[in-house]
Amino acid sequence: MRHLLSTADLSHQDALSILDTAEEMSAVSSREVKKLPTLRGRTVVNLFYEDSTRTRVSFEAAAKRLSADVVNFSAKGSSVSKGESLKDTVQTLEAMGADAVVIRHSASGAAAQLAASDWTEAAVVNAGDGTHEHPTQALLDALTLRRDWSAAHAAGSPRGTDLAGMKVLIVGDVLHSRVARSNIWLLRTLGAEVSLAAPATLLPQSVSSWPVTVHYSLDDALAEGPDAVMMLRVQAERMGGAFFPHAAEYTRRWGLTDERLEVVETLTLGDTGKPAVILHPGPMNRGVEISAAAADSDQSRITDQVAHGVSVRMAVLHLLLTGGHDA
Amino acid sequence: MVSESPETTQVMGASDIDRALTRISHEVVEAQRGTEGLIILGIPRRGVPLASRLGERLQSIDQGFDAAARTGALDITMYRDDLRSHGARTPEPTQVPAAGIDGATVVLVDDVLYSGRTIRAALDALSDLGRPDTVRLAVLVDRGHRQLPIRADHVGKNLPTSREERVHVQLHGVDGVERDDEAVVIQR
Repeated sequence: MRHLLSTADLSHQDALSILDTAEEMSAVSSREVKKLPTLRGRTVVNLFYEDSTRTRVSFEAAAKRLSADVVNFSAKGSSVSKGESLKDTVQTLEAMGADAVVIRHSASGAAAQLAASDWTEAAVVNAGDGTHEHPTQALLDALTLRRDWSAAHAAGSPRGTDLAGMKVLIVGDVLHSRVARSNIWLLRTLGAEVSLAAPATLLPQSVSSWPVTVHYSLDDALAEGPDAVMMLRVQAERMGGAFFPHAAEYTRRWGLTDERLEVVETLTLGDTGKPAVILHPGPMNRGVEISAAAADSDQSRITDQVAHGVSVRMAVLHLLLTGGHDA
Repeated sequence: MVSESPETTQVMGASDIDRALTRISHEVVEAQRGTEGLIILGIPRRGVPLASRLGERLQSIDQGFDAAARTGALDITMYRDDLRSHGARTPEPTQVPAAGIDGATVVLVDDVLYSGRTIRAALDALSDLGRPDTVRLAVLVDRGHRQLPIRADHVGKNLPTSREERVHVQLHGVDGVERDDEAVVIQR
């Protein structure tokens, strides 16, 4: 791999290689010395044109645990607000010796454009571009799902296993969600079945060509017995128009409420009898798309997702920044 | 497996490998005057099955040695000094006995000792896990050409080679060969 731009172009083998590496990185994160010398002397630039504290901190922690030097660049209060272009900014960072650029941008395709350009030799990691993709989030979701799926089916390590046969339900604002897109491609590559439950106003037109089943009722979707329920954040900040009448109306129809939690509590991982899991990419709007009881339930993997975020990003930086790019 | 051609010479067979491991296990007990505080760590990939066989033999020599609890694996991928020039690799699991390595005598086990760089990386990896009292090195084959001041304490076979030659170790469980077909071969 030269860059990580999208989960759509990750092969099954690439995906497993990242997840397996992330498993070993998790082991490092639980050690007393949480540091590896792997990327000593290399520089990772976090280039954030959009605010995202948790993703930036997660990438920063990952780079630092691999002993890389980290430069954080946020557009706010920088020369970007004075009108500097992406090209000039990147060339400045290149001149400072960036080995990897982690880019978050409000324009879909910004990371791909950077990777295709000759502005920099650095490896490019897409940390979210517009409403397009957020591959590391999908990878950390897959790592989280794989832990439970593999533990429910076999006692051994999840290494080398995929999500074949797992049914994952993604609920909510698919239209504005790059997380949903990245997840759909990656989960399909790993062998899972994906279904969506969302109001018609929050589904993109292209959904009919996606390899997913679409439900227009969350209760119907839950009745199908998914192994995992992934709630999406209601992205009020991206919604210029009226996509649903009222937050309370959204919660009633599409929220993981206390009543729906009772249904989820009866769901299991395949036929193993182990409870199904709840995911949310954060930050949560408690009481809107997910109730406090659901967020804090034993089935919730939301805090695991955060921890896995660091491991997955360590794995991605390791695989992109070490050696010849043979994969 | 590597085919038998004029350029390929087998230097150890399955029984030679077995005998070498048995001898090393006796040497380890002798050097340590017993097996107290002894931990065996194999370096992936081929050091791991060798370490587990060494552990079994130590248990058969000294019943007090619990092979399952005192044998593990130490991955060195993240500590290599050639990460920039070689292809990215997926790390193998590191499994360290639950009791940790502080104060222990750790025997590192690998298949071939060559430049010494793998062992340098292993020593770095080890120091991130704890502070052993003593670290020893056991290898199946020492082919020479060291680039660092590192030597093995226990050697299955000293194998003078030229730099142009390649040494292949084929083990059951790693290289898809049966136990009886295990071998060490030199390829020119």
